[in-house]
Amino acid sequence: MSQPAITLYRLGSCPFCERVVEKLQGYGLEYHPRFVEPLHSERDVLKRVAGVRTVPVIVDEHTGVTMAESGAIVRYPEETYGSAGTNSHDGATVSLQEEA
Amino acid sequence: MELSFDVVELGDADHPREGERAPDFVRPLVNEEYWEDVALSELTAEGPVVLLFHSMDGAFPATYLWNEIRDREFDSYDATVVGVSVSTPYEHKTLIKEQALIGRGFRLFSDPGNGVAEQYGIVNDLDGMHGVSEPRPAAFVIDGDRTVQYAWVAQEWPEFPDYDELQTAVETVVDADRVAERAEHDR
Repeated sequence: MSQPAITLYRLGSCPFCERVVEKLQGYGLEYHPRFVEPLHSERDVLKRVAGVRTVPVIVDEHTGVTMAESGAIVRYPEETYGSAGTNSHDGATVSLQEEA
Repeated sequence: MELSFDVVELGDADHPREGERAPDFVRPLVNEEYWEDVALSELTAEGPVVLLFHSMDGAFPATYLWNEIRDREFDSYDATVVGVSVSTPYEHKTLIKEQALIGRGFRLFSDPGNGVAEQYGIVNDLDGMHGVSEPRPAAFVIDGDRTVQYAWVAQEWPEFPDYDELQTAVETVVDADRVAERAEHDR
């Protein structure tokens, strides 16, 4: 089992995460889900990788992008892997807005 | 007062023997921070693996087992040490915390359906818990080629591995792996 480039930090049950899953699947992008705890205090790994304690967070090793907030993430596949094929991202885009 | 104590005989199990290939499987592997699907073969690709099947988290055999594994510093070997039980990832995270395993690199596979025990031929049906089974206590030391180098499976219940023997087995496999790696490197 080789690991896809995209890691998705998510909860077992979270509508914001499902929104991102739908988008990634819609673009046929393979991703690897990592499940964290519902309690924000138990999400040190997210704080470390993305500077936030909210889910979802994606880490794309292919582009070096780490991104939080589903509203931003759902635009990421199109902007990065969309038909235009342009890579307009200049690195990590992290929003501190609270979600799940 | 004399207490008589009868252990339950489990009989023989048809489990992978030394020299055989360890069945591969994918299950959520839990660490102190998160869990994700991981294949056994991904772990063996990195080197030797100690695979420990135990009763559900919270039952005393699981507690005793991890006490020994922690106190004997199984994390000091150049091997991956992982547990398997039918407990959920949330329970594994609690076990990691309560057993003071944080920062030690020990991880646990979550297998509520007990399918891994089935693959390994070590299903243990539980009396009085309808629809619930768990693995027999078992310990396998598996090398980088996913070959079983040491196998111990409980013949009675409850029963624990011989930890000295297990440690010797891990040391032997880790040494052999190091020699093989050096030979590879020199080529």
